[in-house]
Amino acid sequence: MSTETDSYYLPAPSYWPIIGSIGLFITLFGFASALPGTSDGAMGDMTMVYVGLAIVAVMLFGWFGQVIGESESGKYNAQVDTSFRMGMVWFIFSEVMFFAAFFGVLLYTRQLAVPWLSGEGNNAMTNALLWKGYAGGWPTNGPGSVGGHFEPMSPFGIPLWNTIILLSSGLTVTWAHWGLKNGRRGQLIAGLFLTVALGSLFVSLQAVEYMHAYSEMGLKLNSGIYGSTFFMLTGFHGLHVSIGVIMLLVMLVRAIKGHFTAKNHFAFEAAAWYWHFVDVVWLGLFIFVYWLA
Amino acid sequence: MSEHHAKPTGITRWLFTTNHKDIGTLYLWFAFIMFFIGGGMAMVIRAELLQPGMQVVDPLFFNTMTTMHGLIMVFGAVMPAMVGFANWMIPMMIGAPDMALPRMNNWSFWILPFAGTMLISTLFMEGGGPAFGWTFYAPLSTTFAPQSTDFFIFAVHLLGFSSIMGAINIIATILNMRAPGMTLMKMPLFVWTWLITAFLLIAVMPVLAGAVTMMLTDRNFGTSFFDAAGGGDPVLFQHVFWFFGHPEVYIMILPAFGIVSHIIPTFARKKLFGYASMVYAVAAIAFLSFIVWAHHMFTVGMPVAGELYFTYATIMIAVPTAVKVFNWTATMWRGSMTFETPMLWAVAFVFLFTIGGFTGLMLGMAPADFQYHDTYFVVAHFHYVLVTGAVFGIIAGAYFWLPKWTGHMYDEKLGKMHFWLSVISVNILFFPQHFLGLAGMPRRIPDYAVQFAEFNFMSSIGGFAFGLSQLLFLYVVIKCIRGGEKATDEVWDNPDGLEWTTPSPAPYHTFETAPEIK
Repeated sequence: MSTETDSYYLPAPSYWPIIGSIGLFITLFGFASALPGTSDGAMGDMTMVYVGLAIVAVMLFGWFGQVIGESESGKYNAQVDTSFRMGMVWFIFSEVMFFAAFFGVLLYTRQLAVPWLSGEGNNAMTNALLWKGYAGGWPTNGPGSVGGHFEPMSPFGIPLWNTIILLSSGLTVTWAHWGLKNGRRGQLIAGLFLTVALGSLFVSLQAVEYMHAYSEMGLKLNSGIYGSTFFMLTGFHGLHVSIGVIMLLVMLVRAIKGHFTAKNHFAFEAAAWYWHFVDVVWLGLFIFVYWLA
Repeated sequence: MSEHHAKPTGITRWLFTTNHKDIGTLYLWFAFIMFFIGGGMAMVIRAELLQPGMQVVDPLFFNTMTTMHGLIMVFGAVMPAMVGFANWMIPMMIGAPDMALPRMNNWSFWILPFAGTMLISTLFMEGGGPAFGWTFYAPLSTTFAPQSTDFFIFAVHLLGFSSIMGAINIIATILNMRAPGMTLMKMPLFVWTWLITAFLLIAVMPVLAGAVTMMLTDRNFGTSFFDAAGGGDPVLFQHVFWFFGHPEVYIMILPAFGIVSHIIPTFARKKLFGYASMVYAVAAIAFLSFIVWAHHMFTVGMPVAGELYFTYATIMIAVPTAVKVFNWTATMWRGSMTFETPMLWAVAFVFLFTIGGFTGLMLGMAPADFQYHDTYFVVAHFHYVLVTGAVFGIIAGAYFWLPKWTGHMYDEKLGKMHFWLSVISVNILFFPQHFLGLAGMPRRIPDYAVQFAEFNFMSSIGGFAFGLSQLLFLYVVIKCIRGGEKATDEVWDNPDGLEWTTPSPAPYHTFETAPEIK
């Protein structure tokens, strides 16, 4: 498979990036057009969004397909490999900062904004004049009881199961990696299959949890600051788990096709890093969103 | 060997290119076009403020102009121009054949025209474009904003996506593509400043993405992040925004520091004074940029402990910044100085940026800031930092490297004329704004009391002159591309750096075999 070449691989001109830009533009322009613009309106026509997403999907297939082809035909050397690794590491760092923003919001509202609304610090008069009788505390949907009565999500139940599932999937993906490094392809495929299955189970259970929250607990996205932080943090995490599952699924297909060698398997490692990243974010969610509520 | 590609031609050369020089050129032209669009909006603002009373535009459109002017200059002009320099110069400065991830490099650029289109399209939508200021504070940008705000939000997402990919590419290039022997502490300062800038970008652009995403859900899906009734807080928006916003201003200025650190030694014919301290100062400034954000919002009613902390942390930035100004000055001390156009811009940068730094010290002290907050003093401060700082750095760099890019010398006489017209008019434009602000004139207001008439008149005249002077720059650049005196490989008198060892114009591919650095 891959052999060492002596110079850096400089790719030929490529039409994939501009196709990706067009796809992104159509998706987002369509989405912005469909948005109601008020919190009680309904979504409009989403056709443009689906067209745009289809273009992005074609671009991802084409672009990654080309890179996989180049890699399998041995055009890359160790230095190219390092560039890919750095790219992935810094991309994950940017994702960490995205989640940090939302964790920061949770921390600020719980520790500062809500206590201040209830009159802590030098805000006694604000409380007396604007939000009389509001006592604060967490979970809360604010002095206006926005979204009506709700029950907070208990950490013991689906969230605890999901913690066990996701931590186990971190083990199975590592087990798959050992298989790959020791030339045991069966172990690689089995490990990846288990990881994808556990990840899918996680997402499915989260869907069940959301349905339960909406239908039984009165807990919705618009349930004040608790509902906002709960659904935005767990929702974006769920989206990232789904992306991770897709990445691992691609690795599974490639492993079955005979891609990767014991030494050369950056794509697998990138997917595994990403998987560990969503794992760690989940631990933060379990502690700060579920448990300490 | 890698596949060797002939230089492609036609429109597809630019659409599909993976060449760092082509992509650098695209970035620079995009920034130049946006500079004129954003500048045109500034002319509308200054025309309205030429005299007291309402005369040219209605107040909503005035606010739209201040908003779009800021957004376009920050995200459309200054940042892409700096990335253009990075693309052109970093591979040549470190002896690399190209950027580390050339296809992604293309994508980083080609998202920008789409994002810019989406942003500017809001002007033509029902209800008008965003009019809440470039800082888009909630609830102005949530509850009280026009329908077009959702398009603005996605434009910001796209711009952030482009910046993050560009920054990842720059870091991978600098850390992985240096020629053998080019250790970190031998890297040219422009490379250093961009390494640190790229880190800042990856750290804070996702936070901005988070901020606009929360705006989006507050506007459309009933979340309460910035709504006190639901337990959220409008002030929270300002915290999240400025956690991004303060590093963002260093993202715009640090590469300009780098450019000036190349130009001053070249024309003083001395080595840069205190290379290592320059590197550490940039790193210190970058670190501090993460822990000072709330000095932009001293008047929101923070606890006193917060006011004190953010004041002290902010004033600390003066230390590494002063190190840099000292080193530039010491580099010129007893040098064999000549004042070609790039040097004139660089020296003006040192003087005028420092004025912006001093007013920053005044604004950084909470009790003083209570008087200056949201007045024209703030407008004067950040325009000294960003126009006579970042933009002057960009123009200086353009004159400095144009001969290397085009193979021709620019017209020295016209370049000097461009400089003197700009440096005089820009001070007529912004210096009186200090006095307006100290006398109490608020920013983002289309009309004012008659006592502010004289200084506003001066400022507007300076503004029109500065804007028109930039057309001369466009002419000089086009003239230089089309012809002129042939540039030598070294261009200047014994300049330091690998880029000057390549022919002028630099060939399509440089350093396909890595040079040896001693």
